[in-house]
Amino acid sequence: MAVPPASSPASGYGRLIRWIDYRLPFVSFLEHEFTAYPTPKNLNYWWNFGSLAGIILVIMIVTGVVLAMHYTPNSDLAFDSVERIMRDVNYGWLLRYIHMNGASMFFLIVYIHLFRGLYYGSYKYPRELLWILGVVILLLMIATAFMGYVLPWGQMSYWAATVITNLFSAIPVVGNKIVTLLWGGFTVGNPTLNRFFSLHYLLPFVIVAVVGLHLIALHQHGSNNPLGIDTRGPQDTMPFHPYHTIKDSFGLCVALLVFAFFVFYAPNFFASSDNYIPANPMVTPNHIVPEWYLLPYYAILRSVTFDILGIPAKLLGVVLSLGSIILLFLVPWLDTSRVRSARFRPIYRLVSWLLPIDVIALGYVGSQPPEGWVVTLGQVATFYYYFHFLVLMPLLGKIERPRPLPISIGTAVLEATGLGNARPAERH
Amino acid sequence: MADLAHSQVTAGHDGGTRRDFLILTAGALGGIGAACAIWPFIDSLNPAKDTLALSTTEVDLAPVQAGQRLTVAWRGKPVFIDHRTPEEIKAAQDVDVASLRDPQPDSARAKKPEWLVIIGVCTHLGCIPLGNKPGDDRGPFGGWFCPCHGSIYDTSGRIRQGPAPLNLVVPPYDFTSDTAIKIG
Repeated sequence: MAVPPASSPASGYGRLIRWIDYRLPFVSFLEHEFTAYPTPKNLNYWWNFGSLAGIILVIMIVTGVVLAMHYTPNSDLAFDSVERIMRDVNYGWLLRYIHMNGASMFFLIVYIHLFRGLYYGSYKYPRELLWILGVVILLLMIATAFMGYVLPWGQMSYWAATVITNLFSAIPVVGNKIVTLLWGGFTVGNPTLNRFFSLHYLLPFVIVAVVGLHLIALHQHGSNNPLGIDTRGPQDTMPFHPYHTIKDSFGLCVALLVFAFFVFYAPNFFASSDNYIPANPMVTPNHIVPEWYLLPYYAILRSVTFDILGIPAKLLGVVLSLGSIILLFLVPWLDTSRVRSARFRPIYRLVSWLLPIDVIALGYVGSQPPEGWVVTLGQVATFYYYFHFLVLMPLLGKIERPRPLPISIGTAVLEATGLGNARPAERH
Repeated sequence: MADLAHSQVTAGHDGGTRRDFLILTAGALGGIGAACAIWPFIDSLNPAKDTLALSTTEVDLAPVQAGQRLTVAWRGKPVFIDHRTPEEIKAAQDVDVASLRDPQPDSARAKKPEWLVIIGVCTHLGCIPLGNKPGDDRGPFGGWFCPCHGSIYDTSGRIRQGPAPLNLVVPPYDFTSDTAIKIG
């Protein structure tokens, strides 16, 4: 039996593992990517959210697969099948509440992860594709979450499906034909529900695939870090295991506590009570709101109340709403500064905190009926969102004077711990 | 950093280190937690409450004449109800019980001799035996005959020939009156 020499990554294992690893280098892969994988030694807790998002994705898929065993994707039966899950299926309430609140947790974590990237310039050379793949994941998540929200076939499900699919009617000339195609009929109906169920089951696995690409791109150049400077060698890095496995585990425990609080004590906190009324194509609820994680896009959509340059308000609202995400694809080139971390960019540091405030304001606007000053606030916040990316980002890179960068991660870490002046011999 | 970790690892006394202890306890707790978390997923695949609620069936026996056989559904399975004739009862009771593959006297299988209630699922591989409809092949013992693999049952639903290992199962049932039963 040919067993590879002791120098292979699996050399610490028994003969069987080494025999397998020589042919299928799975142990070597794990060793290389999750054990020895060098990470900057100055990563802070903002760097927990990537692995957290991955774990939530797994939780969503596992609960979703089991829920699909009990769910019936038929417009006459869907609502009752969800109620059956809640009342009759053993632990069905738990599985559904995990899945429901898991969507909120997933978006919360991913939005923090995204903000981390913006703040520390993680999208800059050579991580542009890593960032773009992340935005692709966000788009897939939005599509998946929206279609999942339709499946219980409550009032909010039905009217969310109606409103969102009608966005496509803003497309000139062929808009209405596209909407009919999406529906498979002349309103949202059983064919719509069936295809949404099919896609809601498919897309998470597409997300898994793109997450795989995201990780390949990440591991090519390694994680960015709070200083935003490149690692220069082993003195700047730590192996992923045990340092980050344990730190990520701790972060996971905290996140699961928050998750469990909502699942067990406030399971409908993020939900709309209207969605416990069966879908009725004849009556629209008085106040339609999407789930919280889509409120900012919804606010932008509604903020365009007037035609501009002959473009109808309806089309422009759709374009700006979708554009708010498309804009993220361009961020690596919109930001003209060569300094990654906002720590060394005094103006951008301030501005980067204004963005989440602006997005939260948009979220508030999206949650309110579009009347009075709320409309104005939405228009101002929409304008600022675009102003941030299209004007501030390119401009600050030109006019801002960044603070001096540390020589290396190692020296910066040692200075922070008061050991910076110690001679090498004394560092032990 | 690495040196610090190294000094902790070697600082243990009788072979076990602080790190060994932490890994063991944290791993054990995590393992128990994961096992507990898996249970709801597995249990959700068991019959749900509405499925269990369908598990009794009431049958009115009054219209069933002697010699007639009736099929009812219980938990999605066919239950054979046979209003046996005196000859059929006699045939069932006159068998040498010790000679049977699955020895059971007829008195242990029928609460009232004229009414035989059995689950109509062959104990070999789950087919439904013939014999409950008029004109069916009842086999040489006048009971039931399974067309899938040739198992032959007598008028008490006991296995007499063929590959099946056991008699047709008697479901739990009670007479709620002289002419009505509740199965399950």
